[in-house]
Amino acid sequence: MQLFPCPFCGPRSESEFHFGGDAGNHRPEGFRAVTDGAWAAYLYERNNLRGAASEIWMHMACGEVFRMERDTVNHRVAEALALGQGGGDDGMAH
Amino acid sequence: MTAWRTDGGSAVDRSRPLSFTFDGRTVEGFAGDTLASALLAGGVRVLGRSFKYHRPRGLWGAGVEEPNALVDIAGGMPNTRATLALAADGMAVRSVNAEPSAQKDRHAFLDAFSRFIPAAFYYKTFMFPDWHLFEPRIRQMAGLGTVDTAADGPAFAEQVNHHCDVLVVGAGPSGLLAARTAARAGKRVVLCDDGRQVGGSLLFREATIEGRPGAEWAREVAAELEQTGALVLTGTTAFGIYDHHLVGLSQKVEGDASDRLWRVRAASIVLATGAIERPLPFGHNDLPGVMSTEAALVYLRRFGVVVGRRIVVATNNGLAYETALALAAAGAEVTVVDYRADAPSPAGLQVLKGVTVAAALGRGTVTGARLSDGTVMEADAILASGGFTPTVHLFCQAQGKLDWRDDILAFVPGSPVDGVEVVGAAAGRFALPAVLADDTAQEFGIVAAWPKPGARERVWIDLQNDVTAKDVELAVRENFVSVEHLKRYTTLGMATDQGKTSNVNGLALMAELTGRRIPAVGTTTYRPPFTPVPFATFAGARSGTRMNPLRRLPLEREHRAEGAVFRAYGGWLRPAFYGPGVPDERIQAEAEAAREGVALFDGSPLGKIEVIGPDAAQFLDFIYYNTMSTLAPGRCRYGFILTEAGVVYDDGVLVRLDENRFVVSCSSSHVSGVHGLLEEWRQDRFDRRRVFIHNATAEMATLTVTGPRARDLMATLDLDLPLDDVALPHMAVVCGLLDGVAVRIARVSFTGDRSYEISVPADSAAAVWARLRQAGKAFGATLLGLEALMILRAEKGYIVVGKDTDGTSRPMDFGLTAPLERKKVEFIGRRSLATEDAARPDRRQFVGLEAVDGLGPLPMGAHGVEREAGKTRSTGYVTSSYFSPALQRPIALGLIERGLARMGDIVELQHLREIRRARIVPSCAFDESGSRLHV
Repeated sequence: MQLFPCPFCGPRSESEFHFGGDAGNHRPEGFRAVTDGAWAAYLYERNNLRGAASEIWMHMACGEVFRMERDTVNHRVAEALALGQGGGDDGMAH
Repeated sequence: MTAWRTDGGSAVDRSRPLSFTFDGRTVEGFAGDTLASALLAGGVRVLGRSFKYHRPRGLWGAGVEEPNALVDIAGGMPNTRATLALAADGMAVRSVNAEPSAQKDRHAFLDAFSRFIPAAFYYKTFMFPDWHLFEPRIRQMAGLGTVDTAADGPAFAEQVNHHCDVLVVGAGPSGLLAARTAARAGKRVVLCDDGRQVGGSLLFREATIEGRPGAEWAREVAAELEQTGALVLTGTTAFGIYDHHLVGLSQKVEGDASDRLWRVRAASIVLATGAIERPLPFGHNDLPGVMSTEAALVYLRRFGVVVGRRIVVATNNGLAYETALALAAAGAEVTVVDYRADAPSPAGLQVLKGVTVAAALGRGTVTGARLSDGTVMEADAILASGGFTPTVHLFCQAQGKLDWRDDILAFVPGSPVDGVEVVGAAAGRFALPAVLADDTAQEFGIVAAWPKPGARERVWIDLQNDVTAKDVELAVRENFVSVEHLKRYTTLGMATDQGKTSNVNGLALMAELTGRRIPAVGTTTYRPPFTPVPFATFAGARSGTRMNPLRRLPLEREHRAEGAVFRAYGGWLRPAFYGPGVPDERIQAEAEAAREGVALFDGSPLGKIEVIGPDAAQFLDFIYYNTMSTLAPGRCRYGFILTEAGVVYDDGVLVRLDENRFVVSCSSSHVSGVHGLLEEWRQDRFDRRRVFIHNATAEMATLTVTGPRARDLMATLDLDLPLDDVALPHMAVVCGLLDGVAVRIARVSFTGDRSYEISVPADSAAAVWARLRQAGKAFGATLLGLEALMILRAEKGYIVVGKDTDGTSRPMDFGLTAPLERKKVEFIGRRSLATEDAARPDRRQFVGLEAVDGLGPLPMGAHGVEREAGKTRSTGYVTSSYFSPALQRPIALGLIERGLARMGDIVELQHLREIRRARIVPSCAFDESGSRLHV
């Protein structure tokens, strides 16, 4: 059972967390101006990287949504960043 | 009867004799005996029958690696290793895989047909005409022990979470040294060992450490460790290393309880797990009486049992001599058959050098040995030592890689793994001086004695799964040459002992057959658990009602007092109906009464997620399909929350309390999902200092008063607020006090009749409910359960998400198209609604279905069918179906292709072999104008 570092609570068991998808999967804006392909990529395409990966996770116990840099092969966690402190690209409303 | 007791035995207390039965026969022993040591001393040679061929099998070892001596203990665990189970007075023990007894097994004849049941026979034989004809019988004969289904099962297992600086696995000499060093350096230490006492090999091998006898030294170190606050766990197996240095330990506990589970998070781990002796390959090497040399030493020194009177010690290495000398000193006639031409010649010991054992002789028990030079010797026991295999399992589970050492003929840990150190015999240092001096040069001296191809007699590799050298040769002939294929094709290493005594012999033979070196063949993947761990240990207290705990209503006691029959709904335990009586009749009666007078309903699980802040309105415009910012304070609006794929995720009413406060009233089964969704968007897209989310669902109870006389009942309550339809119209909310308790009253209806949803703090719920019950008496108020409620809402065509919607349902399928056309701001799923798929004319749409064949309610899940050119196609299905008391006929709802354009059409519905016919009608079957909401 892995240990993930919640930016708010500290290291906790992986079972307390919920995976929120790849970091950097920005929501395409513009409604009908967004092509079918771009929208489908946002909805369904995953990076599925072997090795260093940048992911969004939520700590269900406290509700913190954050970015975690981890290695999908050796399970090492490099760091976890709160969205407001550099974890999100700007962390603020679009 | 060849084994016999001496005076010694450090584990045994001869002042406390005991007896138990084995296959019905009485066996005597002493306190401290294992079942194996007592059976051995009692001359019981045949302990079981082998897996496939039902050959008689006897004891091989003295520990976890034991492949043969599995027994069932009445009232206890099946497939228990007799080498680990303590004998207890009055125990009833049975052999496994043998009927009526191990001694006389009615399936013994199978061995005569062994050439028809080699490895993987089931891929070739018993296939025609149909494998399934033979499968039940073969499955019945496979397997070893039997579960005692009459037994109660173990009590709850305890589970402990623990943190430490250093976890040392194994309390033999190297483990004790490592633990002591760490403790003296001030670290928090946990030391575990699967034996009942610390000491490991010091308990049966002579040794002097720091001037003390080995076993005494071990006890003193353990005492010092405990004094420094270290945790010393005996009877405890470390069965697995998991991510981030989590180690699973399984600790034996007294009595009936299953093993205690320890989850230990260690900053660093020391593996002092020792090494396991390998068997030697020779003909009929599975005969009872062929045993591990080291095990014989354990039985002598720990239990005072000598395995035989005329003993052959066959060995390819120097570690067997301590055993040979000890057995000779105890009075047995010992001959050492040393495979090495340059073997030593200790005084008082007969040693034959440079010869090997070619075959064990005897029927059902060893009576002699035939050597490679043709000599035939009489013997009643053959002890074999084919080398030692370091116990590297945990190291490999931690992704460690192994190196092969030709000098000791063993796989040892290779490149180090972060935070995991391997010491002692597990690192290939087999002799004690090497351990204490931390020195790789040692007096081990081993020559290769691997199984050879083309042996005339049958040579066993895996005793527990009955795999012979011929099976390995068969695998090679059929090209299953990778070590992982060898394992699965022959089942070598797949039994409960997981190849502890067979893997290396098997892959060494594979190496020879395929012209590769042993390291090129490699080992199979090591996976936890190291030894079997009972499921009860992993489950802990999470069984029975704690497996998937249901959430309980604040008023559960009150409902029970009223005779409620409870069922699980969306993770909550709720009243299905109120008894006594026939369920269907009660449910119909409740639904009928609710429409005539007034009914009381407990809707506490209803979601109540507060969204608060200056940006709350803007936030909710993004969350909901509908426009919500235009909702006036004090009003409520029904809406959908979609997924980004445009699929209906949840429906419910949004309540606006004031400019900056809303309550998302979502489905009771979706509360955590909706809460997570709200938080994710709040943090990832909005300014979290201007929107706040608070899930108040469990803090408040929601009690509903519904029916044509609901207003009259409400008027009798002592409320400090006006309840007329101007102050509180339908879809509005007010806050006030009821008997001094703060309440929030919303006029929202799920029944289609005038309804008041009264939300109160959960601890005040009982008082308010009592008040409503008392007030309701004058009106003959009925209590409404979930089942009746479901009928009432279906009469109105109100959907239940997940029942009347599926993973493809979009808002336009329910006729809600306005927001897509008119809403200007972005919302979840918006772009998905502008896709080809969302615009398809043949989408399944939500409609009512009226049975026209007079055959009662339509089966739920029945599919609409269209037949064309001999093919049948589904056009949708029935999602809800009931008998309506208000309409006195069946009603149903469903998702049907082009439903909204086909009003009045008759459709054919199919359910299993039943064909039904129904007309497509509007989803609302009762009070289409909705006037009853205002009555």
